[in-house]
Amino acid sequence: MSGSIQDTFFEECQELLEAMDEGLTVIEGGDHDPETVNAVFRAVHSIKGGAGAFGLDDLVAFAHKFETVFDEVRSNKLQLDVKLIQLLLRCSDHLADLVSVARDGGGVDQEHNDVLIAGLEEYLGEEEEELTFEPMGLGGPSVPLPLMDEAEKTYEIRFHPLKEMFGTGNEPFFLFQALSELGPLKVVLDETELPGFDAMEMDESYLAWNLTLTTSEPKSSVEAVFEFVEGLCELSIASDKDAEEEAAALAALNAAFGMTGDNAEPETPDPFDAPASAEVAPVATPEPTEKVEAAKPESNKPEQRGPKPTLRVDLERVDRLINAVGELIINHSMLAQQIANLDVADLRDVETELEGFKNLARDIQEGVMSIRAQPVKPLFQRMARIVREASAATDKSAKLVTEGENTEVDKTVIERLSDPLTHILRNAVDHGVEKPDDREAIGKNRVGSIRLSASHRSGSVCIEIKDDGAGVNRPRVKQIAIEKGLIPDNAELTDAEIDNLLFLPGFSTAKEVSNLSGRGVGMDVVKNAVTALGGRINISSTPGKGSTFTIILPLTLAVMDGMVVSVADQTMVVPITSIIETMRGSDDMINSLGADGTLLSIRGNFVPICDVAKALGLRKPNGDQPPGVYLLVETETGARSALAVDDIHDQRQVVIKSLDGVCGNIPGVAAATILGDGKIAMILDPESILAASPTSATFDTERRMSNAIAS
Amino acid sequence: MQSQAEVKIGDQEVKHAQQSEFVSFTVAGQAFCLKITQIREIRRWSPVTILPHAPVDVLGVMNLRGAVIPIYDLSARFGLEQTEASERNVVIVVAVNNKPVGLLAESVSEIISINPEEIQDTPQVDSRHTMEYIQGIISHDETMVRIINLDAVISVPEQGLS
Repeated sequence: MSGSIQDTFFEECQELLEAMDEGLTVIEGGDHDPETVNAVFRAVHSIKGGAGAFGLDDLVAFAHKFETVFDEVRSNKLQLDVKLIQLLLRCSDHLADLVSVARDGGGVDQEHNDVLIAGLEEYLGEEEEELTFEPMGLGGPSVPLPLMDEAEKTYEIRFHPLKEMFGTGNEPFFLFQALSELGPLKVVLDETELPGFDAMEMDESYLAWNLTLTTSEPKSSVEAVFEFVEGLCELSIASDKDAEEEAAALAALNAAFGMTGDNAEPETPDPFDAPASAEVAPVATPEPTEKVEAAKPESNKPEQRGPKPTLRVDLERVDRLINAVGELIINHSMLAQQIANLDVADLRDVETELEGFKNLARDIQEGVMSIRAQPVKPLFQRMARIVREASAATDKSAKLVTEGENTEVDKTVIERLSDPLTHILRNAVDHGVEKPDDREAIGKNRVGSIRLSASHRSGSVCIEIKDDGAGVNRPRVKQIAIEKGLIPDNAELTDAEIDNLLFLPGFSTAKEVSNLSGRGVGMDVVKNAVTALGGRINISSTPGKGSTFTIILPLTLAVMDGMVVSVADQTMVVPITSIIETMRGSDDMINSLGADGTLLSIRGNFVPICDVAKALGLRKPNGDQPPGVYLLVETETGARSALAVDDIHDQRQVVIKSLDGVCGNIPGVAAATILGDGKIAMILDPESILAASPTSATFDTERRMSNAIAS
Repeated sequence: MQSQAEVKIGDQEVKHAQQSEFVSFTVAGQAFCLKITQIREIRRWSPVTILPHAPVDVLGVMNLRGAVIPIYDLSARFGLEQTEASERNVVIVVAVNNKPVGLLAESVSEIISINPEEIQDTPQVDSRHTMEYIQGIISHDETMVRIINLDAVISVPEQGLS
């Protein structure tokens, strides 16, 4: 259980960073809607506020500069031009870095930090100091900011906590202590509202304080002290001087507090461990309380934040639920089987009910699966940053256009897609998109465009990365493949085959090793990652027009369609996605080749046969080829093989049970499932069965080579 | 039945003069036992699903209320002959590192309560495996009962497989 407040803070940071990125992307797209600007400002401000509470000074300092510039934009003192937007985008990337450094440890790129701060400072004029925010008065030394030599001012503060404030664990004492750090403080208790003992209610808050503070700090610092009790108290702060400055600061503050208020709730139970006070009120019984105007009504805050209320749940709980639903489905098929075995004349009523049960179970399953499903939006937003960084590193300009961001995919898929997508996008910028001058010379827009789209396609998710660059340089790819000994010198390959050479291990076209790609571990890693998710990846390319990578993924990792087969008296499941066709073989279709190789002839084509039982070590290697059933499968390389099994029983949805922790990696087996009779069945991985089967492997290479020569 | 016997895990009970309970069972004709607190349940043998390429002492996997658990043949694990599993055999489900694991035994005999001081050290023998897997022996009804060191028995094959 993640209980610590700090974890909550970082979780929120993640959301805020996403919100910020989203906002900036909209702004980059030319929409300078004040609401969007505000949203970004609020996100940065909240990060800063939280960071201050945890004493994350680097983060606070940077967020502060960032926020200040944004505030200028907000008040229309700064114009959002391309240069500034680029700077802000880079800053947002850096802010994300700082957050992860704060969370995971590690070093901050100080140089980069300084460059960005300098960049931000260029936009800051004299007014900066007026708007200095101390993030919190509590956290000790937080921001080393240059403060103007302001004259000392006296603030008259009236502070009347509502009873809700005590429910959140805030203590007036600590607030006063924080205030007294700003300057000499005089505290006068106002107990005029205190009723007699007989009329006193335990949970009510009757006390108020009149405070007189003399300080050189701006009013914002004073306000900041009360940041976390905003909305939980009646507060008025009046200063004796400088009315004009105050008005400006107040305007900024009100806007700022408009959002910090809704964050106050999760952050409140922080540094102060409130001693249990007799006045502590149950939070669950909010009463309409009269409020002076200084206190913002709480009710209108949550609505401002997001479109829909959400619930944050431990992932483990959801997984447990998914597991239980899987059991329910298995249990249903067991029950159905048992009932069918009963010797009862009329089963119609029972069967009708059973059908209803089945539909309900499916509904529940779909519902539970959709809990795990998440839109790809956050992933895509992160990708925008990858493209930015990659373009900066290669002196190219490219922008990422995303489509179908709301397509929902299983959370695990999203997590594990991040690396392959990063790789493909970097490659697209590094190898695909041409230099701006070259682009102009051939009549393209100087800025390259990379389109990242996601869509649902008949039970799977399709992710496409399309660039408008130069496309695959086929002669060069082929030459490199020959140089590296990946294909024979005289190989004749089709265009598609050449494109697919990119996925071969150890293939890299980069002339020199660049920062981004070209470390020799390339697209084969991408391919492995996609395959591990049960997906496929394809490339198509048009010279001069660009290339497209298509990734097809299953919607969920928990359930899949499988064909139930029997192999050497064991029931096994083959993923339906890898099967092209099934057929019953007869003797005359089988042709021997060499000492122990066999080929199956299908409509004039010959494909190698791989006996699954042999490959899994379940049958003696010299046993006769069973007159069985063949599953024609296609491997990633496009080569076809026939898997020989004893029989096919059924085609059904199976719940995937991982074998991790049960036993190690078994060649040929991807996972397990539980069948209707309660038995466990292995889910096979055709690709690794073929790899494990030596005869098939040799045939495969031979076939590929002969094919290559023949075509 | 001595119900007052202490049912607590760990070394404490060995130190205290309380009796501890062991479940004894036979594997390939020899008597073995496990502390009762290590055992989650005992089930009748039912055919398991074979794991391809598994070592001889890994019989396969079994469905235990929705969880896939591996089943080890204790006899083969101890270097004795493989058990011909049948309906009469039992699977002792134990938890190792909080993960359920099934152990195939010939049959379960009884629950024996003994004082810690009755546990004797394993005498030095040639077989290295035996020394690892047996953490002590008890004399009970004139027979020798071997106390199994569960951690040694299970962690080794698991590493071997992965």
